[in-house]
Amino acid sequence: MTRLGPGTRVIVRDDWPETRGEAHIRTPHYVRGREGVVVRHLGNFPNPEDLAFARPAATVPLYHVRFDPNTLWPPPRSADVLLVEIFGHWLEAR
Amino acid sequence: MTTPPDLLATPAEALFAALLDVLAAKGVVREAELAARIAATDAASPAQGARMVARAWVDPTYRALMLADGTRAAEALGIPMLGAPPLGVLENRPGLHHLVVCTLCSCYPRAVLGYPPFWFKSAAYRARAVRDPRGVIAEWGTMLAPDTEIVVVDSTADYRWMVLPSRPDGTDGWDEAALAALVREGDMIGVTVPSPGPARARPSAATG
Repeated sequence: MTRLGPGTRVIVRDDWPETRGEAHIRTPHYVRGREGVVVRHLGNFPNPEDLAFARPAATVPLYHVRFDPNTLWPPPRSADVLLVEIFGHWLEAR
Repeated sequence: MTTPPDLLATPAEALFAALLDVLAAKGVVREAELAARIAATDAASPAQGARMVARAWVDPTYRALMLADGTRAAEALGIPMLGAPPLGVLENRPGLHHLVVCTLCSCYPRAVLGYPPFWFKSAAYRARAVRDPRGVIAEWGTMLAPDTEIVVVDSTADYRWMVLPSRPDGTDGWDEAALAALVREGDMIGVTVPSPGPARARPSAATG
């Protein structure tokens, strides 16, 4: 997939593979379907969703993505920024 | 590497010893590799991370290396990082504070901080650190300036994160060992901040 540069606005896929069968997912539920901003590309790693089941795992990009806590939870605001590691195949550029 | 029978007190230990014997017989692992791994695991403790923090406080070149590549900075102090996930370092500054959590499980920079404290793995910490970090930090007795920006880092994948706290006031002229002795586990997670005074909040020493 195209590498996402810093500052790219992204939407985390609103997908719930765990509802369709066995799954190992490193994308927290609270950011799925939410908008964030790519901070930086952290590196490329074997896809843990396959590694967990001993399947051949493609190397996928990992990004640090910034979220505004106000878009995730109701007030009162407590954090100012939330940084989450998210694999590229969970992100769609806005 | 046959294990003496008196060490096989439980079925789990017997199973473990049998597995080791098979792995050794098949050439999958060598005894020296196992010994090195056990030594590295035993050496991993918050004291390792504290050495890195103290060095960063006295050596700007090392600080720059630590922020750019935590793994190389750890190795530069002789901390074994072979096989460990990449280490990222989050720099606290006046007005900026980081708090690390793993909401999915208990991802933790074990090579430099040892085993995670029991509370780091608790459902309560994992749920609250992302939603109410100010509340969590306040409950530790940690005083941050009211306008401090709080960045919560959810350690969800292949990186591991430690906080580089700010050097506390009142430590001018302290040597590296004295500075390292100030730095506790919680300071490198972000629930506490180092202080030279006696009234500092003490992070739990318990491991689990």
